[in-house]
Amino acid sequence: MAGNYACAEGAIAAGCRFYAGYPITPSSEIAEHMSRRLPQVGGHYVQMEDEIGSIAAILGASNAGMKVMTATSGPGFSLMMENIGLGVITETPCVVVDVQRGGPSTGLPTLVGQADMMQVRWGSHGDYEVIAFAPNSVQEMFDLTVKAFNMAEKFRTPVFVMADQIIAHMTDRLVIPPPEDIEVVQRKKAMKQGPSFLPFDFSQDFPPMAIAGEGHHVNVDSLTHDERGYPSAKHDVSERMLEHLIGKIRNNLETIVQVEHYLTDDAKVVVIAYGSTSRSALHAVKEARRAGMKVGLLRLITPWPFPVREVERIGAKAKAVVVPEINYGQIEHPVREHVDCRVIGIHHAAGSLVPPDKIYAALEKL
Amino acid sequence: MIRREIRLQGLGGQGIITAGHLIGEAVSLHDRKEAVMTEDYSPYITGGWSRADIVISDEKIDYPLVSRPDILVAMSQDGFDDNWEATAPDSTVIVEAGLVNTNAVKDRKIFAVPALSIAEELGKKVVANIVVLGFLTATSRVASREAMEAAIVTRYPKAAELNRQAFDRGYALSPKEAP
Repeated sequence: MAGNYACAEGAIAAGCRFYAGYPITPSSEIAEHMSRRLPQVGGHYVQMEDEIGSIAAILGASNAGMKVMTATSGPGFSLMMENIGLGVITETPCVVVDVQRGGPSTGLPTLVGQADMMQVRWGSHGDYEVIAFAPNSVQEMFDLTVKAFNMAEKFRTPVFVMADQIIAHMTDRLVIPPPEDIEVVQRKKAMKQGPSFLPFDFSQDFPPMAIAGEGHHVNVDSLTHDERGYPSAKHDVSERMLEHLIGKIRNNLETIVQVEHYLTDDAKVVVIAYGSTSRSALHAVKEARRAGMKVGLLRLITPWPFPVREVERIGAKAKAVVVPEINYGQIEHPVREHVDCRVIGIHHAAGSLVPPDKIYAALEKL
Repeated sequence: MIRREIRLQGLGGQGIITAGHLIGEAVSLHDRKEAVMTEDYSPYITGGWSRADIVISDEKIDYPLVSRPDILVAMSQDGFDDNWEATAPDSTVIVEAGLVNTNAVKDRKIFAVPALSIAEELGKKVVANIVVLGFLTATSRVASREAMEAAIVTRYPKAAELNRQAFDRGYALSPKEAP
């Protein structure tokens, strides 16, 4: 099965029953598959007028209690930025898949890119934290989409699957476990509502959510709001709200952050990579090991929140790290923030996967 | 690790992508080895070039793209011209006999298979890709015969008989056909 279909199947398995989207290469197969699958499982598929409408629709459906997703690529992702902030401040669970292609602008529609990695972190205005996964296989397009839903529902926030064209269009074996073996997190909903119920209780990381249509007073506001959801311009309210929005992610890094080590224990040089590029990196690292070089690979499964502890540990031991990316150094940037050793960025913006040779050549020089 | 890279290129409508899927399914679902396929096609015209790249291996595949095909199947002149230089001298090159002229290249093992005319004899041009798969299976052993046949019949249960004939005709053409 191809990666995009695996992603859609992961969404269905995680309980997604509402999809609103505007098809765009190389993500269109996700919309196509959802349009076929959702009606079969009692869900709803809406093809919207554009990506602004798409994200607005999923935020609305999520507030009505649905598990929701949209998928897009760079140009559409840019259009979604404003409402991603709305999802953050209204604490609305949703999953946004960005199948990255070459940019800027409409760029290279059919070719791979990884240049939205900073946009997903900082693209909407204001202070916030994001959770983003970077799958590197068809299987992970399924597994990490399920995980993205679980995180979104638990943390009540938009969660991102930062895929790329290579993984999305690649065909490989996919194993879909039986439903009872798939961990699915259900949203904590407000069960009963008295006058004291606080839908945005900042004192807890994961307050239950009031669902429109389930008998609650639902008050959702894009303005800075208090625990009841009422807009406020008071300094202390703003501070409490932001501390909660940022804190619910920063306080729980150990349950979010995910990395994969390959022979990093004794490595003098470590490649740090994510998404499809990690597969080129693995190829180069294996080859370098065969040639007797002490090298390893740290794969960032969650580029965001940035795996600070894991990267710091690598930086303390290695004499150099190499960061190959299909962009001009977007993840190299936070790596530099957290290591003291030498950092070599491999910037490959050819609309193709970083060739293993290019990574090997860098390793050979160190 | 035995990693082998296969590139199929031809024209839209020849069943190139389908043939790629069938190889991948035979290897991955029936022989239970690893296979990854990527595909590409001309963005400009209907009937333009179309390409399927498959990497197969006994172990998990890291780099998923084809860079030096061990096997090249060219069903069009462009498919051959664009790719033969990327192959190694010991690579296997299979071309459609009726559409590809390989005279300019001397230092490759080239098999010219009249897949289109065999398919026409069988009454359906669309099975030319299955003829090629028969030849490829016998010549290169990328997948077992059983696995390839199972992959084809699973995908096209209604055309089982025609596909079996096409596969057998291609298989029998191979100089390396096993007894």
